[in-house]
Amino acid sequence: MWRSGRAHLASTLVAMSGRDDTLLQRCYLLMLTARRIDEEAVRLQRQGAIVAFPPMAGQEAAQVASILGLRETDQVFPSYREHGAAIARGVEMVAYLLAYRGAWNGGLYDCRRHHFAPIASAVGSHLLHAVGWAMGARLDGRDDVAIAYFGDGATSEGDASEAFNFAGVFRAPVIFFCQNNGWAISVPVERQTAGEIWRQAEGFGLAGVRVDGNDATAVLEATRAAADRARRGEGATLIEAMTYRLGAHSTADDETRYRSADEVVRRRTEDPIARLRALLAARGVEEAFFATVEERAAAAAADLRAGLAAAADPDPDEMFAHVYASPPAELERQREEVRSLRDLEAADA
Amino acid sequence: MPELSMVQALNAALRHCLREDPRTLVFGEDVGRLGGVFRVTDGLQSEFGQARVFDTPLAESGIMGIAIGLAMAGWRPVPEIQFDGFSFPALDQVLTNLAKYRGRSRGAYDMAVALRLPSFGGIGGPEHHSESPETLYAHTAGLKVVAPSRPQDAFDLLVRAVEDPDPVVFLEPKSRYWAREEVSLTPSPAGGARVARAGEHATLVAWGGMVQRCLEVAEAAEEDGVSLEVVDLRWLAPLDEETLVASVARTGRAVVVHEAPRTAGFGAEVSARLMERCFGSLRAPVLRVTGWDVPYPAASAEHEYIPSVDRVLLAVQRVLDA
Repeated sequence: MWRSGRAHLASTLVAMSGRDDTLLQRCYLLMLTARRIDEEAVRLQRQGAIVAFPPMAGQEAAQVASILGLRETDQVFPSYREHGAAIARGVEMVAYLLAYRGAWNGGLYDCRRHHFAPIASAVGSHLLHAVGWAMGARLDGRDDVAIAYFGDGATSEGDASEAFNFAGVFRAPVIFFCQNNGWAISVPVERQTAGEIWRQAEGFGLAGVRVDGNDATAVLEATRAAADRARRGEGATLIEAMTYRLGAHSTADDETRYRSADEVVRRRTEDPIARLRALLAARGVEEAFFATVEERAAAAAADLRAGLAAAADPDPDEMFAHVYASPPAELERQREEVRSLRDLEAADA
Repeated sequence: MPELSMVQALNAALRHCLREDPRTLVFGEDVGRLGGVFRVTDGLQSEFGQARVFDTPLAESGIMGIAIGLAMAGWRPVPEIQFDGFSFPALDQVLTNLAKYRGRSRGAYDMAVALRLPSFGGIGGPEHHSESPETLYAHTAGLKVVAPSRPQDAFDLLVRAVEDPDPVVFLEPKSRYWAREEVSLTPSPAGGARVARAGEHATLVAWGGMVQRCLEVAEAAEEDGVSLEVVDLRWLAPLDEETLVASVARTGRAVVVHEAPRTAGFGAEVSARLMERCFGSLRAPVLRVTGWDVPYPAASAEHEYIPSVDRVLLAVQRVLDA
């Protein structure tokens, strides 16, 4: 559909330098870990351990390789399907997944330590936050960049256009990373926008590029180039990474109502993990490496299951804690009301 | 002390904040070279530079969205939305993100954003230039909402709003922009409500432009030997219930006055709180004198929409007769 994986593999073999071999191996480890954690999370939802979950399988190269193209101090603004990016950033996955258990809206991971903003499910709204953050970094004289992750559906939101426009006007050091996975829940991208998403960049004075989002090396190069450009003060880039959502929109979705099984089977042949594995093998990486990676990824999934089972939800009392820097008197009264109700219930028990 | 209009007092407050805290940023539509359509930001760009005082594209959600990102990066944004009626494109960012970001990040991020919003009617404005959006914001957990009624409060409250670590929606009453008084430019705390005029027989409760209307009512009533207390709430969120309750518990009668439509307006909240806290002291039902339940009318009809001195006096008569 997009570009022949085989043809690109050949060109990549020539283009990639030796120093990237270690990075690509790390990329492979993170991608496979993301896949195994994704699969485990779907199972956990089916077993009732989490409430709902949006699987990411198929988008590992787009998410992991883009993060690896950045510095650790570059600020990430994720949407709600970015656990691949989160894993690549080292975000604690139990704390991340707890958001999908309904433990805390936005997630329970340390968003400051990982420079990884809370999970944004108000589609498209966080693109503007990335622009503002990037403007702030530039005002501070830092050369860190912001990256906002979103899907093809989000580009229909007005906030996306406003974010592109503000980024252009203020030459904000931001990367708009669109994962065009073909579907916004049930609506195919052709019903989302009549044009090509990456071409929107030109109208707003941004750089725009479309890459094979299932090719880790292409994603890595595109993200590095966009980050370098932003750091040089040359402004924002809109990257459209062509990928495919192999699973349903979420565990509450029934994809058979809107797309054929044939389509999914066909797109599985473009699996980014298999492609990176083929590249690494062609570059001489041995079977033992892949076996080790498989073990480590499986262990990460098992750790997630155990960690989630052991993790407690925050005390509901905490709903009052972060509304204001210091709670006003009325809020304190309401909090006391809940506490006294608890005391009554405890006395009854 | 200099005699300043409310516009000048607001300008002085912004100048004070830009001087005191180098992380303060002022931005919005036409706030730079022009100095704002009401000149509240007059001269700030030339004094503090284009990096800290800047014009934005004409997009309210964009203005609000970048304010959130700037706050995350540790800046203190003071965005201006040009008019009340044009604040609604930004409402999603305010309700969905600005109000919730401290919680969503479990306290990791302050949202030290002071959103300046020229508000309310009474100046013969065209469509969408005279609305009273306070209830939308006061109903949203995580926001603070304040409206000054005079130049001194405009200065003190804006300084306080900018310094606040939480988002403050700062509603500027356009009908009072050109009111003048001597203003001390040493900021005072200006927390809570203020008794704008002491009285005995009934309490008038108002904020923003309607405080002046209530003071006029109190003047008129005094000629008839009726002594009215006027409570200027200033902060709608958090609401200073104690000052309100202390006044009404003493007078036993209250009339709430606002420009916004009556149904589910903030007057309903004031009335409910008074019933909950002062039921034993009330000698009459709490009445509301408000805008009608219609879209804000064209300028030719606004004199019959905004509570007039006579309408408030009639309500005062009713609570005194009860």
